[in-house]
Amino acid sequence: MSHPYPPQIVVIGGSAGSVRVVIGMLETGIFPLSVPVIMVLHRPKNVVSELDIVLSRPDLAVREPVDKEPLLPGGLYLAPQNYHLLVDEGVFNLDTSEPVNFSRPAIDVTFESVADAYAGRALGILLSGANQDGSWGLTRIISRGGIGIVQRPDTADYADMPRSALATNPDALALSPLQIIDYLNNTFVVTNRP
Amino acid sequence: MIPTDYALSHSDLDAITTLIRLRYGYDFTNYARASFRRRIQYCMGLAAIDSPQELLFQLTNDPAFFTWLVQSITVNVTEMFRDPPFYATLREKILPRLASYPVIKIWHAGCSTGEEVYSMAILLHEAGLLERCRIYATDLNPANLEKARQGILPLAPMKDYTVNYRQAGGSRAFSAYYTARYDHVIIHKSIRDSILFAQHNLVTDQVFNEFQLVCCRNVLIYFNKELQNQVIRLFHNSLAPLGYLAIGLKESLLYTDLQAQFEVVSAAANIYRRTR
Repeated sequence: MSHPYPPQIVVIGGSAGSVRVVIGMLETGIFPLSVPVIMVLHRPKNVVSELDIVLSRPDLAVREPVDKEPLLPGGLYLAPQNYHLLVDEGVFNLDTSEPVNFSRPAIDVTFESVADAYAGRALGILLSGANQDGSWGLTRIISRGGIGIVQRPDTADYADMPRSALATNPDALALSPLQIIDYLNNTFVVTNRP
Repeated sequence: MIPTDYALSHSDLDAITTLIRLRYGYDFTNYARASFRRRIQYCMGLAAIDSPQELLFQLTNDPAFFTWLVQSITVNVTEMFRDPPFYATLREKILPRLASYPVIKIWHAGCSTGEEVYSMAILLHEAGLLERCRIYATDLNPANLEKARQGILPLAPMKDYTVNYRQAGGSRAFSAYYTARYDHVIIHKSIRDSILFAQHNLVTDQVFNEFQLVCCRNVLIYFNKELQNQVIRLFHNSLAPLGYLAIGLKESLLYTDLQAQFEVVSAAANIYRRTR
Protein backbone atom coordinates (compact mmCIF):
# COMPACT_ATOMS: atom_id res chain seq x y z
CA MET A 1 0.00 0.00 0.00
CA SER A 2 1.45 3.36 -0.90
CA HIS A 3 0.16 6.59 0.54
CA PRO A 4 0.91 9.80 -1.30
CA TYR A 5 0.61 12.00 1.80
CA PRO A 6 1.95 11.50 5.31
CA PRO A 7 -0.84 11.10 7.91
CA GLN A 8 -2.07 14.21 9.69
CA ILE A 9 -3.01 12.41 12.86
CA VAL A 10 -2.03 9.29 14.79
CA VAL A 11 -4.54 7.53 17.03
CA ILE A 12 -3.41 4.71 19.31
CA GLY A 13 -5.81 2.30 21.02
CA GLY A 14 -4.92 -0.19 23.72
CA SER A 15 -6.28 -2.15 26.63
CA ALA A 16 -4.72 -4.73 28.97
CA GLY A 17 -0.97 -4.91 28.40
CA SER A 18 -0.79 -1.75 26.32
CA VAL A 19 0.52 0.77 28.86
CA ARG A 20 3.91 -0.96 28.91
CA VAL A 21 4.12 -0.67 25.11
CA VAL A 22 3.08 2.98 25.15
CA ILE A 23 5.68 3.82 27.80
CA GLY A 24 8.29 2.03 25.68
CA MET A 25 7.31 4.12 22.68
CA LEU A 26 7.43 7.36 24.64
CA GLU A 27 10.91 6.48 25.94
CA THR A 28 12.42 6.21 22.45
CA GLY A 29 12.61 9.94 21.97
CA ILE A 30 10.75 10.00 18.65
CA PHE A 31 7.98 12.10 20.20
CA PRO A 32 6.73 14.73 19.76
CA LEU A 33 5.77 13.87 16.20
CA SER A 34 4.92 16.60 13.72
CA VAL A 35 1.20 15.73 14.09
CA PRO A 36 -1.20 15.29 17.03
CA VAL A 37 -1.19 11.86 18.69
CA ILE A 38 -4.29 10.61 20.51
CA MET A 39 -4.19 7.67 22.90
CA VAL A 40 -7.28 5.76 23.96
CA LEU A 41 -6.38 3.34 26.73
CA HIS A 42 -9.01 1.44 28.69
CA ARG A 43 -9.16 2.37 32.36
CA PRO A 44 -11.62 1.82 35.18
CA LYS A 45 -14.08 4.67 35.78
CA ASN A 46 -14.76 6.46 39.06
CA VAL A 47 -11.36 5.71 40.53
CA VAL A 48 -8.79 8.42 40.39
CA SER A 49 -6.39 7.61 37.57
CA GLU A 50 -3.14 9.44 37.09
CA LEU A 51 -2.23 7.76 33.83
CA ASP A 52 -1.55 11.12 32.19
CA ILE A 53 1.05 11.83 34.89
CA VAL A 54 2.47 8.30 34.65
CA LEU A 55 2.93 8.68 30.89
CA SER A 56 4.30 12.21 30.98
CA ARG A 57 8.03 12.79 30.95
CA PRO A 58 9.91 15.93 31.96
CA ASP A 59 10.16 17.11 28.36
CA LEU A 60 7.00 15.48 27.06
CA ALA A 61 3.59 16.28 28.54
CA VAL A 62 0.65 13.93 28.02
CA ARG A 63 -2.63 15.81 28.48
CA GLU A 64 -6.22 14.81 28.93
CA PRO A 65 -7.96 17.30 26.64
CA VAL A 66 -11.00 19.30 27.70
CA ASP A 67 -13.98 19.74 25.42
CA LYS A 68 -13.32 21.97 22.36
CA GLU A 69 -9.58 22.06 22.99
CA PRO A 70 -7.73 22.39 19.66
CA LEU A 71 -5.52 19.53 18.45
CA LEU A 72 -1.99 20.83 18.07
CA PRO A 73 0.89 19.35 16.06
CA GLY A 74 3.19 17.53 18.45
CA GLY A 75 0.46 17.24 21.09
CA LEU A 76 0.13 13.98 23.02
CA TYR A 77 -3.44 13.49 24.16
CA LEU A 78 -4.95 10.83 26.41
CA ALA A 79 -8.70 10.14 26.31
CA PRO A 80 -10.10 11.06 29.77
CA GLN A 81 -11.84 8.48 31.95
CA ASN A 82 -15.57 8.06 31.62
CA TYR A 83 -15.92 9.99 28.35
CA HIS A 84 -15.78 9.04 24.71
CA LEU A 85 -13.32 11.20 22.78
CA LEU A 86 -14.23 12.48 19.33
CA VAL A 87 -12.65 15.01 16.98
CA ASP A 88 -14.11 17.40 14.44
CA GLU A 89 -12.92 20.58 12.75
CA GLY A 90 -9.58 20.49 14.57
CA VAL A 91 -10.99 20.35 18.10
CA PHE A 92 -11.81 17.62 20.60
CA ASN A 93 -15.40 16.74 21.40
CA LEU A 94 -16.21 14.77 24.53
CA ASP A 95 -19.25 12.58 24.85
CA THR A 96 -20.82 10.75 27.81
CA SER A 97 -23.11 8.44 25.85
CA GLU A 98 -23.38 4.73 26.58
CA PRO A 99 -20.21 2.64 26.84
CA VAL A 100 -19.31 0.78 23.64
CA ASN A 101 -17.78 -2.70 24.02
CA PHE A 102 -18.27 -2.11 27.78
CA SER A 103 -15.77 0.72 27.48
CA ARG A 104 -15.86 4.48 27.86
CA PRO A 105 -13.63 5.71 26.36
CA ALA A 106 -14.08 3.20 23.55
CA ILE A 107 -11.40 2.82 20.90
CA ASP A 108 -14.01 2.19 18.19
CA VAL A 109 -15.65 5.56 18.88
CA THR A 110 -12.43 7.58 18.59
CA PHE A 111 -11.19 5.62 15.57
CA GLU A 112 -14.49 6.18 13.76
CA SER A 113 -14.48 9.87 14.55
CA VAL A 114 -10.88 10.25 13.36
CA ALA A 115 -11.75 8.36 10.17
CA ASP A 116 -14.70 10.70 9.56
CA ALA A 117 -12.66 13.84 10.20
CA TYR A 118 -9.34 12.90 8.55
CA ALA A 119 -10.31 10.18 6.03
CA GLY A 120 -7.16 9.05 4.21
CA ARG A 121 -4.89 11.16 6.41
CA ALA A 122 -5.42 9.04 9.54
CA LEU A 123 -3.06 6.45 11.02
CA GLY A 124 -4.61 4.06 13.55
CA ILE A 125 -2.52 1.80 15.77
CA LEU A 126 -4.07 -0.95 17.88
CA LEU A 127 -2.08 -2.51 20.72
CA SER A 128 -2.41 -5.33 23.24
CA GLY A 129 -5.78 -6.01 24.84
CA ALA A 130 -8.21 -8.67 25.97
CA ASN A 131 -11.34 -7.74 24.04
CA GLN A 132 -12.49 -6.72 20.56
CA ASP A 133 -12.63 -2.95 20.92
CA GLY A 134 -10.86 -1.19 18.04
CA SER A 135 -11.38 -3.82 15.32
CA TRP A 136 -14.42 -2.11 13.89
CA GLY A 137 -12.90 1.34 14.20
CA LEU A 138 -9.78 0.21 12.38
CA THR A 139 -11.98 -1.05 9.54
CA ARG A 140 -13.49 2.40 9.42
CA ILE A 141 -10.06 4.07 9.20
CA ILE A 142 -8.82 1.71 6.48
CA SER A 143 -12.02 1.88 4.43
CA ARG A 144 -11.71 5.68 4.33
CA GLY A 145 -8.18 5.35 2.94
CA GLY A 146 -6.22 5.62 6.18
CA ILE A 147 -3.50 3.31 7.47
CA GLY A 148 -4.05 0.60 10.09
CA ILE A 149 -1.29 -0.94 12.20
CA VAL A 150 -1.81 -3.75 14.70
CA GLN A 151 0.65 -4.95 17.31
CA ARG A 152 1.83 -8.42 16.27
CA PRO A 153 -0.13 -10.82 18.52
CA ASP A 154 2.94 -12.83 19.52
CA THR A 155 4.47 -9.65 20.98
CA ALA A 156 1.35 -8.67 22.95
CA ASP A 157 0.73 -9.50 26.62
CA TYR A 158 -2.92 -9.96 25.70
CA ALA A 159 -3.35 -11.08 22.10
CA ASP A 160 -7.17 -11.10 21.73
CA MET A 161 -7.52 -7.51 20.61
CA PRO A 162 -4.72 -7.59 18.00
CA ARG A 163 -5.89 -10.99 16.76
CA SER A 164 -9.45 -9.81 16.36
CA ALA A 165 -8.29 -6.67 14.54
CA LEU A 166 -6.10 -8.63 12.13
CA ALA A 167 -8.89 -11.12 11.44
CA THR A 168 -11.31 -8.33 10.47
CA ASN A 169 -8.69 -6.14 8.76
CA PRO A 170 -6.47 -8.11 6.37
CA ASP A 171 -5.05 -4.83 5.04
CA ALA A 172 -3.67 -3.78 8.43
CA LEU A 173 0.07 -4.08 9.02
CA ALA A 174 1.09 -6.47 11.83
CA LEU A 175 4.18 -5.01 13.49
CA SER A 176 6.13 -5.58 16.69
CA PRO A 177 6.47 -2.60 19.07
CA LEU A 178 9.97 -1.93 17.72
CA GLN A 179 8.72 -2.03 14.14
CA ILE A 180 5.91 0.37 15.07
CA ILE A 181 8.49 2.81 16.43
CA ASP A 182 10.53 2.46 13.22
CA TYR A 183 7.42 3.02 11.16
CA LEU A 184 6.56 6.23 13.03
CA ASN A 185 10.17 7.35 12.84
CA ASN A 186 10.33 6.84 9.08
CA THR A 187 6.91 8.33 8.44
CA PHE A 188 7.22 11.48 10.51
CA VAL A 189 10.60 12.34 11.88
CA VAL A 190 12.59 11.48 8.78
CA THR A 191 10.21 12.56 6.06
CA ASN A 192 9.43 15.85 7.80
CA ARG A 193 12.97 16.85 8.49
CA PRO A 194 14.00 19.80 6.32
CA MET B 1 -24.15 -3.52 17.13
CA ILE B 2 -22.97 -0.37 15.41
CA PRO B 3 -23.79 -0.23 11.71
CA THR B 4 -20.71 -0.22 9.50
CA ASP B 5 -22.11 0.85 6.19
CA TYR B 6 -22.88 4.54 6.18
CA ALA B 7 -21.14 7.69 7.24
CA LEU B 8 -23.49 10.65 7.02
CA SER B 9 -22.02 13.57 5.11
CA HIS B 10 -22.21 17.19 6.29
CA SER B 11 -24.96 17.90 3.80
CA ASP B 12 -26.96 14.88 5.03
CA LEU B 13 -26.72 16.25 8.57
CA ASP B 14 -27.73 19.73 7.40
CA ALA B 15 -30.79 18.32 5.66
CA ILE B 16 -31.77 16.37 8.80
CA THR B 17 -31.36 19.30 11.23
CA THR B 18 -33.19 21.66 8.87
CA LEU B 19 -36.14 19.32 8.53
CA ILE B 20 -36.35 18.76 12.30
CA ARG B 21 -36.18 22.50 12.96
CA LEU B 22 -38.87 23.44 10.46
CA ARG B 23 -41.19 20.53 11.14
CA TYR B 24 -40.87 20.16 14.93
CA GLY B 25 -39.18 23.31 16.29
CA TYR B 26 -36.21 21.52 17.88
CA ASP B 27 -32.97 23.17 16.77
CA PHE B 28 -29.99 20.82 16.57
CA THR B 29 -28.15 23.03 14.04
CA ASN B 30 -25.35 23.99 16.41
CA TYR B 31 -24.92 20.69 18.16
CA ALA B 32 -21.35 19.36 18.05
CA ARG B 33 -21.28 17.60 14.72
CA ALA B 34 -19.15 14.58 15.63
CA SER B 35 -21.35 13.38 18.46
CA PHE B 36 -24.59 14.42 16.73
CA ARG B 37 -23.65 12.41 13.64
CA ARG B 38 -22.85 9.45 15.85
CA ARG B 39 -26.21 9.67 17.62
CA ILE B 40 -28.13 9.90 14.35
CA GLN B 41 -26.26 6.91 12.93
CA TYR B 42 -26.90 5.03 16.17
CA CYS B 43 -30.64 5.74 15.89
CA MET B 44 -30.67 4.76 12.22
CA GLY B 45 -29.11 1.45 13.22
CA LEU B 46 -31.73 0.87 15.92
CA ALA B 47 -34.57 1.70 13.54
CA ALA B 48 -33.05 -0.32 10.66
CA ILE B 49 -32.98 2.76 8.43
CA ASP B 50 -30.43 2.39 5.64
CA SER B 51 -30.17 5.81 4.05
CA PRO B 52 -30.51 9.50 4.89
CA GLN B 53 -33.37 9.69 2.38
CA GLU B 54 -35.35 7.10 4.30
CA LEU B 55 -34.66 8.95 7.55
CA LEU B 56 -35.92 12.22 6.03
CA PHE B 57 -39.02 10.42 4.75
CA GLN B 58 -39.79 9.00 8.19
CA LEU B 59 -39.22 12.36 9.87
CA THR B 60 -41.49 14.11 7.41
CA ASN B 61 -44.35 11.68 7.70
CA ASP B 62 -44.30 10.18 11.16
CA PRO B 63 -44.40 12.47 14.23
CA ALA B 64 -44.28 9.40 16.50
CA PHE B 65 -40.98 8.50 14.90
CA PHE B 66 -39.65 11.96 15.72
CA THR B 67 -40.76 11.59 19.35
CA TRP B 68 -38.79 8.36 19.51
CA LEU B 69 -35.81 9.94 17.76
CA VAL B 70 -35.57 12.91 20.12
CA GLN B 71 -35.70 10.50 23.04
CA SER B 72 -32.92 8.37 21.56
CA ILE B 73 -30.80 11.12 20.08
CA THR B 74 -30.27 13.00 23.31
CA VAL B 75 -27.77 11.33 25.59
CA ASN B 76 -29.60 10.14 28.68
CA VAL B 77 -26.72 8.50 30.46
CA THR B 78 -26.41 9.72 34.03
CA GLU B 79 -25.76 8.45 37.52
CA MET B 80 -26.16 9.59 41.12
CA PHE B 81 -23.15 11.46 42.48
CA ARG B 82 -21.33 11.18 39.16
CA ASP B 83 -17.76 12.39 39.84
CA PRO B 84 -17.86 12.14 43.65
CA PRO B 85 -15.09 14.76 44.14
CA PHE B 86 -17.37 17.34 42.50
CA TYR B 87 -20.11 16.65 45.05
CA ALA B 88 -17.57 16.70 47.86
CA THR B 89 -16.48 20.19 46.77
CA LEU B 90 -20.10 21.29 46.47
CA ARG B 91 -20.74 20.06 50.01
CA GLU B 92 -17.63 21.56 51.57
CA LYS B 93 -17.11 24.80 49.65
CA ILE B 94 -20.30 25.95 47.98
CA LEU B 95 -23.18 25.00 50.25
CA PRO B 96 -21.78 26.87 53.28
CA ARG B 97 -21.68 30.04 51.16
CA LEU B 98 -25.17 29.47 49.79
CA ALA B 99 -26.39 29.10 53.36
CA SER B 100 -26.19 32.88 53.81
CA TYR B 101 -29.14 33.45 51.44
CA PRO B 102 -32.66 33.42 52.94
CA VAL B 103 -33.95 31.66 49.82
CA ILE B 104 -31.59 29.66 47.64
CA LYS B 105 -32.57 29.27 44.02
CA ILE B 106 -30.88 26.53 42.01
CA TRP B 107 -31.23 25.64 38.34
CA HIS B 108 -30.17 22.19 37.25
CA ALA B 109 -30.10 22.46 33.45
CA GLY B 110 -30.14 19.30 31.36
CA CYS B 111 -31.24 17.09 34.25
CA SER B 112 -31.95 14.02 32.12
CA THR B 113 -33.72 11.41 34.28
CA GLY B 114 -32.94 13.24 37.52
CA GLU B 115 -30.14 11.24 39.15
CA GLU B 116 -27.80 14.20 39.57
CA VAL B 117 -30.42 16.66 40.79
CA TYR B 118 -31.58 14.11 43.37
CA SER B 119 -27.95 13.85 44.47
CA MET B 120 -27.84 17.63 44.89
CA ALA B 121 -31.09 17.62 46.88
CA ILE B 122 -29.64 14.99 49.23
CA LEU B 123 -26.61 17.21 49.87
CA LEU B 124 -28.86 20.19 50.54
CA HIS B 125 -30.96 18.11 52.89
CA GLU B 126 -27.88 17.02 54.83
CA ALA B 127 -26.71 20.63 55.04
CA GLY B 128 -30.10 21.59 56.48
CA LEU B 129 -30.82 23.86 53.52
CA LEU B 130 -33.38 21.94 51.50
CA GLU B 131 -36.42 23.69 53.00
CA ARG B 132 -34.99 27.05 51.94
CA CYS B 133 -34.22 25.93 48.39
CA ARG B 134 -36.16 26.26 45.18
CA ILE B 135 -34.67 23.71 42.79
CA TYR B 136 -35.67 23.92 39.13
CA ALA B 137 -34.60 20.93 37.05
CA THR B 138 -35.06 21.23 33.31
CA ASP B 139 -34.48 19.13 30.23
CA LEU B 140 -35.55 19.37 26.61
CA ASN B 141 -36.77 15.79 26.59
CA PRO B 142 -40.33 15.31 28.00
CA ALA B 143 -39.85 11.57 28.46
CA ASN B 144 -36.79 12.20 30.66
CA LEU B 145 -38.73 14.69 32.75
CA GLU B 146 -41.57 12.25 33.30
CA LYS B 147 -39.11 9.64 34.56
CA ALA B 148 -37.31 12.20 36.69
CA ARG B 149 -40.59 13.35 38.27
CA GLN B 150 -41.51 9.80 39.24
CA GLY B 151 -38.15 9.34 40.96
CA ILE B 152 -38.15 5.61 40.24
CA LEU B 153 -34.73 4.19 39.43
CA PRO B 154 -33.43 0.71 38.70
CA LEU B 155 -32.14 -1.06 41.80
CA ALA B 156 -29.03 -2.56 40.19
CA PRO B 157 -26.79 0.54 40.13
CA MET B 158 -27.71 1.65 43.67
CA LYS B 159 -24.67 -0.23 44.98
CA ASP B 160 -22.37 1.93 42.81
CA TYR B 161 -24.33 5.05 43.81
CA THR B 162 -23.81 4.20 47.47
CA VAL B 163 -20.06 4.04 46.88
CA ASN B 164 -20.23 7.37 45.03
CA TYR B 165 -22.24 8.90 47.89
CA ARG B 166 -19.61 7.86 50.41
CA GLN B 167 -16.77 9.11 48.22
CA ALA B 168 -18.64 12.41 48.00
CA GLY B 169 -18.39 12.70 51.79
CA GLY B 170 -21.78 11.21 52.64
CA SER B 171 -21.78 9.59 56.08
CA ARG B 172 -25.42 8.65 56.61
CA ALA B 173 -27.27 5.50 55.55
CA PHE B 174 -27.79 6.12 51.82
CA SER B 175 -30.62 3.60 51.80
CA ALA B 176 -32.67 6.00 53.96
CA TYR B 177 -33.21 8.13 50.84
CA TYR B 178 -35.16 5.50 48.91
CA THR B 179 -37.49 2.58 49.23
CA ALA B 180 -36.66 -0.57 47.28
CA ARG B 181 -39.35 -2.82 45.87
CA TYR B 182 -38.62 -5.66 43.43
CA ASP B 183 -35.95 -4.40 41.02
CA HIS B 184 -36.56 -0.66 41.41
CA VAL B 185 -36.29 2.02 44.06
CA ILE B 186 -38.30 5.18 44.60
CA ILE B 187 -36.57 8.27 45.92
CA HIS B 188 -38.04 9.48 49.21
CA LYS B 189 -40.98 11.84 48.81
CA SER B 190 -39.40 14.70 50.76
CA ILE B 191 -36.48 14.71 48.30
CA ARG B 192 -38.71 14.34 45.24
CA ASP B 193 -41.06 17.12 46.31
CA SER B 194 -38.22 19.58 46.70
CA ILE B 195 -37.61 19.71 42.94
CA LEU B 196 -39.70 21.35 40.25
CA PHE B 197 -39.24 19.60 36.91
CA ALA B 198 -40.06 21.55 33.75
CA GLN B 199 -39.28 21.47 30.06
CA HIS B 200 -36.72 24.01 28.92
CA ASN B 201 -34.66 23.95 25.73
CA LEU B 202 -31.30 25.64 26.24
CA VAL B 203 -31.11 26.42 22.53
CA THR B 204 -34.45 28.14 22.05
CA ASP B 205 -35.74 29.13 25.52
CA GLN B 206 -34.74 32.10 27.64
CA VAL B 207 -33.96 33.26 31.16
CA PHE B 208 -36.81 32.39 33.55
CA ASN B 209 -35.50 33.29 37.00
CA GLU B 210 -32.44 34.46 38.90
CA PHE B 211 -30.30 31.82 40.58
CA GLN B 212 -27.55 31.49 43.18
CA LEU B 213 -26.35 28.26 41.56
CA VAL B 214 -26.64 26.93 38.03
CA CYS B 215 -25.55 23.34 37.55
CA CYS B 216 -25.15 22.09 34.00
CA ARG B 217 -22.73 19.20 33.74
CA ASN B 218 -21.89 17.31 30.57
CA VAL B 219 -24.48 19.09 28.45
CA LEU B 220 -22.29 21.76 26.84
CA ILE B 221 -20.08 19.04 25.32
CA TYR B 222 -22.90 18.29 22.87
CA PHE B 223 -22.89 21.86 21.53
CA ASN B 224 -20.50 23.54 19.11
CA LYS B 225 -18.54 26.62 20.18
CA GLU B 226 -21.15 29.07 18.92
CA LEU B 227 -23.94 27.41 20.85
CA GLN B 228 -21.72 27.02 23.91
CA ASN B 229 -21.23 30.79 23.88
CA GLN B 230 -24.95 31.37 23.60
CA VAL B 231 -25.78 29.01 26.46
CA ILE B 232 -23.03 30.31 28.76
CA ARG B 233 -24.46 33.80 28.13
CA LEU B 234 -27.88 32.48 29.11
CA PHE B 235 -26.41 31.09 32.34
CA HIS B 236 -24.60 34.36 33.01
CA ASN B 237 -27.86 36.26 32.62
CA SER B 238 -29.63 33.72 34.84
CA LEU B 239 -27.14 34.05 37.70
CA ALA B 240 -27.32 36.59 40.49
CA PRO B 241 -24.09 38.57 40.86
CA LEU B 242 -21.59 36.24 42.58
CA GLY B 243 -23.79 33.27 41.71
CA TYR B 244 -22.10 29.92 41.04
CA LEU B 245 -21.86 27.97 37.81
CA ALA B 246 -20.92 24.27 37.86
CA ILE B 247 -20.00 22.55 34.58
CA GLY B 248 -18.67 19.08 33.74
CA LEU B 249 -15.16 18.15 34.77
CA LYS B 250 -13.89 18.09 31.19
CA GLU B 251 -15.84 21.14 30.04
CA SER B 252 -14.16 24.52 29.99
CA LEU B 253 -14.98 28.19 29.73
CA LEU B 254 -11.53 28.64 28.15
CA TYR B 255 -12.83 28.32 24.62
CA THR B 256 -15.84 30.57 25.10
CA ASP B 257 -16.18 34.35 24.86
CA LEU B 258 -17.41 34.74 28.43
CA GLN B 259 -14.33 33.51 30.22
CA ALA B 260 -13.70 36.99 31.67
CA GLN B 261 -17.20 37.19 33.15
CA PHE B 262 -16.47 34.36 35.55
CA GLU B 263 -13.84 33.62 38.17
CA VAL B 264 -12.67 30.14 39.09
CA VAL B 265 -13.87 28.91 42.48
CA SER B 266 -12.62 25.33 42.15
CA ALA B 267 -10.52 24.32 39.17
CA ALA B 268 -10.63 20.64 40.13
CA ALA B 269 -14.43 20.54 40.42
CA ASN B 270 -14.92 23.04 37.58
CA ILE B 271 -17.03 25.48 39.59
CA TYR B 272 -17.06 29.16 38.62
CA ARG B 273 -18.61 32.30 40.00
CA ARG B 274 -20.17 35.16 38.11
CA THR B 275 -18.17 38.30 38.70
CA ARG B 276 -20.38 41.32 39.20
